[in-house]
Amino acid sequence: MFDVIVVGGGVIGATILRELTKYRLKVAMVEKESDVAMGQSRANSGIVHAGYDAKEGTLKAKFNLLGNLMMPAYTQELGVKYINNGSIVVAYSPDEIDTLYELKSRGEKNGVEGLEVIDTETLRALEPNISPDACGALLAKTGGIVCPYELTIASIGNAMDNGASLYTDYEVCEIVKGVDYFIVKSIDGRELSTKIIINSAGIGSGDISKMAGDDTVHISGRKGEYILLDRESQGYCTHTIFKTPTSKGKGILISPTVDGNILLGPTAQEVDVPDTDTTSTGLDYVKQTADSMCVRVPHYNTITSFAGVRAYSDTHDFVISHSDKVEGLINVAGIESPGLTSAPAIAKYVVEELVSALLPLVENTDFDGRRQSDHYYSKLDNDSKNKIIAQDPRYGKIICRCEQITEGEIVSVIRRNPRATTIDAVKRRLRAGMGRCQGGFCQPQVAQILARELGIPLEEVTKSGKNSRLIVGKTK
Amino acid sequence: MKNYDIIIIGGGPAGLAAAISAYDNGSRDILILEREPVLGGILNQCIHNGFGLTRFKESLTGPEYAYRFVEEVRSRGIEYMCDTTVLEVSTDKQVTAINSTKGVFSLSAKAIILAMGCRERSRGALNIAGARPAGIYSAGTAQKYVNILGQMPGKRVVILGSGDIGLIMARRMTLEGAKVLAVCEIMPHSSGLKRNIVQCLDDYGIPLYLSHTIVKIEGKDRVSGVYIAQVDEKRRPIEGTEKYFECDTVLFSVGLIPENELSKGAGVSLSPATKGPIVYDDRETSVSGIFACGNVLHVHDLVDFVSEEAEIAGVSASNYAMGKGADRRVVSTTCGNNVSYVLPQMLDTNASGMVKLYFRVNKVLPNPTIRLTSNGEDIVVKKKKIAVPGEMESIVLTPAKLQSISGDVVVSVEE
Ligand SMILES: Cc1cc2nc3c(=O)[nH]c(=O)nc-3n(C[C@H](O)[C@H](O)[C@H](O)COP(=O)(O)OP(=O)(O)OC[C@H]3O[C@@H](n4cnc5c(N)ncnc54)[C@H](O)[C@@H]3O)c2cc1C
Repeated sequence: MFDVIVVGGGVIGATILRELTKYRLKVAMVEKESDVAMGQSRANSGIVHAGYDAKEGTLKAKFNLLGNLMMPAYTQELGVKYINNGSIVVAYSPDEIDTLYELKSRGEKNGVEGLEVIDTETLRALEPNISPDACGALLAKTGGIVCPYELTIASIGNAMDNGASLYTDYEVCEIVKGVDYFIVKSIDGRELSTKIIINSAGIGSGDISKMAGDDTVHISGRKGEYILLDRESQGYCTHTIFKTPTSKGKGILISPTVDGNILLGPTAQEVDVPDTDTTSTGLDYVKQTADSMCVRVPHYNTITSFAGVRAYSDTHDFVISHSDKVEGLINVAGIESPGLTSAPAIAKYVVEELVSALLPLVENTDFDGRRQSDHYYSKLDNDSKNKIIAQDPRYGKIICRCEQITEGEIVSVIRRNPRATTIDAVKRRLRAGMGRCQGGFCQPQVAQILARELGIPLEEVTKSGKNSRLIVGKTK
Repeated sequence: MKNYDIIIIGGGPAGLAAAISAYDNGSRDILILEREPVLGGILNQCIHNGFGLTRFKESLTGPEYAYRFVEEVRSRGIEYMCDTTVLEVSTDKQVTAINSTKGVFSLSAKAIILAMGCRERSRGALNIAGARPAGIYSAGTAQKYVNILGQMPGKRVVILGSGDIGLIMARRMTLEGAKVLAVCEIMPHSSGLKRNIVQCLDDYGIPLYLSHTIVKIEGKDRVSGVYIAQVDEKRRPIEGTEKYFECDTVLFSVGLIPENELSKGAGVSLSPATKGPIVYDDRETSVSGIFACGNVLHVHDLVDFVSEEAEIAGVSASNYAMGKGADRRVVSTTCGNNVSYVLPQMLDTNASGMVKLYFRVNKVLPNPTIRLTSNGEDIVVKKKKIAVPGEMESIVLTPAKLQSISGDVVVSVEE
């Protein structure tokens, strides 16, 4: 019997799971995919929002600000890349300037510091590639960027190092409510029992709540498509550039990523089925909008495109509460943007305020919140690398040439928490295959290392779990 | 730090031929660095034949062609280090590399030859809409699975791009029992060699759809199908022309790009047209003492020409290392009508030997006239039966012709 089961391995479940391990509790996470960070927390903008967007008094406004303030220390402890690059909201016509002042005053009411409306000259000095139409901007100095899946993976890895269990390929299909416990069943017939369920299943959180007996959570999907540019474009812009929101929507953003790429997107398209296919209309819209915001957008450096689906609640605010209908069920649902930013603050609140109301919390004095970055090796100086290579020669063998990732690093992410068991899982942890050749050279080698380390035949190695096998059999 | 006369980066056909010619020119202190466990480069996975027709007048497989050069390297006792990846080359000709036995280490050289080859453009670069399931490979990756690992990447295949590797893989997959449903090419002409179209597609009844592209890939875990459509002159899909193919695999053969990371790091100037270094006719780059040859310089369609070019670079690097500097009188070469690039980009009109200019046309041109002019004066005029983008063209300039060049050279091809 677990004390708490967290359903859903996105950034929300991840930060909650880690927060739970600070106490003497028996906790587990169940995730339907083969790896964590496969939902919204994989494909989003990665922006640590300053907090001027959400309306005063909403949960979004509250947790955005708190999360923004926590993020630098939180990411540092987990060895996750975070950059305080600052955001700017650009007015592209004089009548949009008023909106900038509205955003500024809303932000200030929310408690955001460092907001400043700047003139065109200052803007151009900050971002030389901004379109000549720009006529002013709101600068939010506390805006930042973070890698969303890295944050998710590191939080879960650290929680596991502190005693949490992880069940992947565990798609919850039924929840049986006992007197003071639940049985959480998966489609492949596994069962786990727990006193408390934390529902952080993203797009699936309406269904999970319903399975547990509460049908008041209603979640819909809104797709966002992106284009990612090669690191060759690094320096094209340094701030996260937004358009001024209008009645027609927020437009897209142009932002550096923590890895030095440039990200363009997202679109906003209501979807019934939450697939993450990109569309030619969506990608064209991203390109055209980017071209209206900045000049000389280096589209020729495109290395990939992708999409994510925002899971939003019909209340249009975060749902973070005990279920009114089912005792022991805590819903953390409808966590759309700024959910990534808010995650550390939401987690703290959920555990300290909501879980504590159901179970006594006793501090886990063994808790160690630090985690070595999956990228630590590449940051070492040559002497330190050579000491490691002398111990383990695999650290001297480059597998991914674009990102210069060694076999030793790949083996290490297959072995450490949370274990990488697929090509994409290795890629999310190390960027192996994420460079300009997009895995063309290294994928067969990564597949062979996975097969060897997992003790499975090469045919069983998958790109991303389930039926995503790379090969269909031997040659004649 | 150990010092060499010449360090060659890459042990593929270019690096091997460069090493041999440098040795035969009198250099002895030569080192080849190769990241793979064996020499030979990409030829090792090209088990089909057709290599060496120009050079050896016989049809060899890729590994056989490579082996001839590996043997020559061995018999001369030229030093090489495999399983070693070069991480950085500096402008002052220091090389930083890594391997399992030495760790990270540095070497220096009097001359360096860049021979790292090229890589395939990926699907992402084309920004094709749809899902991103398993079953999408570049043709070269599929070739590695089939020819090196003995594994089949799929059973029902659609290929985008008619580059040579794509054509070769269409035949290879068919021979291994897969069904290749279509090869789509966005241009109105193939980018591959004519002989490959005939021998790899026509002979197996595989349809080639010119002026077509993939507009959408479907599939949840694994590819389940693709939509292709015809494109207009601006290469935009034409609505209503979509065709659906049920398949489990999509191969991309949409072009090769020189591996530029090390070249850039060394401060070498690159050409936007070839995407490789800008070179003189002796294959020296903009950085003194750094030379380049093979596919890292521009993408060749036949390895025979790679070897030929590498020999030029090898001799030049050897002369450089021996302190025999060239006293050049330089003009630049530029593209005229219908020409997409000319190489070398800089020509020494004082050169004492023959100089061959390579170039490509940007469309199919029947009965073309090739014209090399300088200051409006014809230097060479040559007629041909046909010129196609998939096959590199060349003009040879004798020392006498070179001397007669008075200014920058323009290569054009008229219909
Ligand atoms: C396009 C886009 C852009 C965004 N940009 C930003 C931004 O810039 N800044 C920001 O702060 N926020 C941003 N967000 C919001 C942020 O991504 C989300 O708030 C955050 O990722 C939500 O995390 P989550 O854990 O709630 O959901 P998810 O990451 O979706 O995790 C839910 C998990 O539950 C699993 N699951 C579902 N059903 C079941 C089941 N039955 N059994 C087991 N497991 C199940 C899913 O597989 C998934 O892994 C953006 C979102 C999107 C989509």
